[in-house]
Amino acid sequence: MSSSNLLLVLLMLTASGYFLGRRRAVAVAVARGRSQQILHSRPTYYGALAALWCALPALIIFSFWHVFESSVITQLVIAGLPPDMQALPSDRLGLVINDIKNIVGVDIVPQKIHPAIQAAADHYTQLTAISNATLAVIVTAIAIAGILWVQKIISPELRARNHVEIMIKYLLVACSTIAIFTTIGIVLSVLYEAIRFFKVVPFHEFVFGLKWSPQMAIRADQVGSSGAFGAIPVFMGTMLISAIAMCVAVPIGLMSAIYLSEYANKRFRAVAKPLLEILAGIPTVVYGFFAALVVAPMIRNAGVSIGLDVSSESALAAGLVMGIMIIPFVSSLSDDVINAVPQSLRDGALGLGSTHSETIRLVVLPAALPGIVGGVLLAVSRAIGETMIVVMAAGLAANLTVNPLNTVTTVTVQIVTLLVGDQEFDSPKTLAAFALGLMLFVITLILNVIALVVVRKYREQYE
Amino acid sequence: MNNSSRNNQAGRNNPADRNNQADRSNPAGKSRVSTSTNAVAENTMDIVNQGLSRRYNAEKRFRLYGICAIMLSMAFLAMLFISIIGNGYTAFQQTFVKMDIFLDPETIDAQALQDANYQGMVKQSLNVMFPDVKTRAQKRQLYGMVSNGSAYQLQDFVRKNQHMIGSVIPLWVPADDDVDMLIKGHISRDVPETERRIKDVQLSWIDRLQEQGRIQKRFNTTFFTAGDSREPEQAGILGAVSGSFYTLIITLVLSFPIGVATAVYLEEFAPKNRWTDIIEVNINNLAAVPSIVYGLLGLAVFLNFFGLPRSVPLVGGLVLTLMTLPTIIISGRAALKSVPPSIREAALGVGASKTQMVVHHVLPLALPGMLTGTIIGMAQALGETAPLLMIGMVAFIVDIPGGFTDPSTVLPVQIFLWADSPERAFLERTSAAIMVLLAFLVTMNAVAVFLRKKFERRW
Repeated sequence: MSSSNLLLVLLMLTASGYFLGRRRAVAVAVARGRSQQILHSRPTYYGALAALWCALPALIIFSFWHVFESSVITQLVIAGLPPDMQALPSDRLGLVINDIKNIVGVDIVPQKIHPAIQAAADHYTQLTAISNATLAVIVTAIAIAGILWVQKIISPELRARNHVEIMIKYLLVACSTIAIFTTIGIVLSVLYEAIRFFKVVPFHEFVFGLKWSPQMAIRADQVGSSGAFGAIPVFMGTMLISAIAMCVAVPIGLMSAIYLSEYANKRFRAVAKPLLEILAGIPTVVYGFFAALVVAPMIRNAGVSIGLDVSSESALAAGLVMGIMIIPFVSSLSDDVINAVPQSLRDGALGLGSTHSETIRLVVLPAALPGIVGGVLLAVSRAIGETMIVVMAAGLAANLTVNPLNTVTTVTVQIVTLLVGDQEFDSPKTLAAFALGLMLFVITLILNVIALVVVRKYREQYE
Repeated sequence: MNNSSRNNQAGRNNPADRNNQADRSNPAGKSRVSTSTNAVAENTMDIVNQGLSRRYNAEKRFRLYGICAIMLSMAFLAMLFISIIGNGYTAFQQTFVKMDIFLDPETIDAQALQDANYQGMVKQSLNVMFPDVKTRAQKRQLYGMVSNGSAYQLQDFVRKNQHMIGSVIPLWVPADDDVDMLIKGHISRDVPETERRIKDVQLSWIDRLQEQGRIQKRFNTTFFTAGDSREPEQAGILGAVSGSFYTLIITLVLSFPIGVATAVYLEEFAPKNRWTDIIEVNINNLAAVPSIVYGLLGLAVFLNFFGLPRSVPLVGGLVLTLMTLPTIIISGRAALKSVPPSIREAALGVGASKTQMVVHHVLPLALPGMLTGTIIGMAQALGETAPLLMIGMVAFIVDIPGGFTDPSTVLPVQIFLWADSPERAFLERTSAAIMVLLAFLVTMNAVAVFLRKKFERRW
């Protein structure tokens, strides 16, 4: 039975459990010779209790089974292989397993199938079938047992509502811990691979090295066998592009927020604000395409016409477009904080005879400054973590330069180029991506925490 | 009434009386004070007046900066849309060439239709149309003028119309992408032959075909019904769209219930203690973690640790779920917060339990807001590319995925892949795919805005 069918059966069992539980509760009450009023809870709750006890344990078993199924079956298949195959080194063994899975999946059928592999593939199919059948039986049995057990304990004294509510509450708690597990998952996965990387390349070499060329020799005597993993050029590139983006986004975003919240009339605001938000809703891959197709050639032509040597993948193009992308982000965050400044401050300044712009510059902006700084920090962390624009518009060459007309590379570009395509998980080249990812996570985390603290502190001031 | 009005009058008169008394008692002193204040006032007014024009100019400049900033962002937006629409609108049409193909009964065996040499028949009919082409090199150029997918089209035609075998049939087949680009005017005839993808001799053939009315532009159905291809004229977005669809289904099914449950717990049940504080800070941080980090998580945990297959919508959906959860939770909490406490108190007051209060009263009122947040989160997920690159959804996949575990790609990744292709025809297809993606996003956001407008309640 396939897993979707099994889930469907489980759903039907759950539904029937609900109706059976409800009917049983009514029946018990009637059997006592009185109406439903002697029941502790309304009949629905008895039904819900039966449904929960039917579905939850079965679902838990189901998901655990699926998590461990494939690795257990693979182990069993390996154990069933002829001994000379089992003795192969782990990477060759992995290839053999891959072959077996391909034959099972009927994706690619190679011309000549080794009889042992064919046997193993049959073994694999057989084991999968056994596993599926067992799972189906176990899940159905547990679901039915749950229904029957609840049927048995249903009595007018059973506090079904309280039971159901406690179970719901635990479900809610479980859901809310997913956020924590996500963070732990990110930290552990990135950290684990990064530590493996730092065993090969020392930490100080990575953080302070000036040369980035992530190659590793396949053979020791190969030309260009010395890979260099100094991340300074990559960090510099990231900072350069982010700085250009901020130079575009902060003035434009801040001024539009000021104009929209302080000057614009209602009609202008009603038109301009959604338009700005469209800018925020455009996927980054579209910006990347725009940068590579329109902005980069434009900058290059402009540069060439005034006699400058502009790279076709200049940092300026990527930074400029990234800045455009971040404008709405800066503008909506500053809009919020500017609106949170109490009107009395403005009235006071205007009453003393200052002009509108003086009020804004000397009173409103200083009052809103912490919030604006927080928003800008969030924007910086966004620029640092932005991927698609730089992948499509910035280069791969890790130049250590601050010239915006040159091509530079960024952390995210390197992660993508190192990890897209075929990978082997023991080469420092692949692991370097995780080390970069760790740096990215840590830096953006620090920026976010500072920004959140600043914003939160500021909000408390005026509430 | 009378009393009070008299009192008021008295009150108003009082200060005046006092002034009069002061005037009478010290006339000289008063006049001295008034002149000095006048002098000071004139000085101050002078200073104020002198600065006034400068300050008004500064005011005007400031306003201008504001307008400029907004106009600049609008200009960027307009430039983006114009360049994409300008590049992409032609992709919705495709050039077709009318061929007269002789379905040779010698080569087509009715028993084994798929074994016949359809490519040869297409080439044969090209030879018939241009009998003067003799050399091998020129013949290759001639055969390159129609799409090499036309053989499959012919095969389909023959399968459906077996009775036509032996006759000459007119068939509109898609032209090669270079011919297509020339007809659409993206390849200029003025550039020297060496820099042009279409050679002069091919130009003359195309002119001849056009004179005979054998070239026509039609609506490009292939673009909406085919999967990816290396040949631009055979490439379509259906594969990517269905991949996006399956991915989003997984994302929605997982992230909506979990997000709502988390929001309800944090807003309605959670005690204010260290533990819930940690969860809250966590969620706020996760909302700002770069999306590519989620890709690393998916690669390390779902692919390497749990051994799930690569390039499948299931894993893509899982990664996007983790990514959109914070958005949904935060908007869900805002929606719950906007439900007034009086509703909760009323429900508790008539004896509802806390769960009943939430399920029966608070949640239905907060649901429109939560749905809006979910749709916006889904729109974000639909446009997301970077984390999906990490889990291998960037592969070249021709087949249209039919399930959650079929290898597939998604629309933004398809755009990314096509944007890398050097062919001019892929440029317009990339722009067209972007237009489709933007259309989806606009629709989703419009639904969200509509929901908000329709169900928004001010308490």
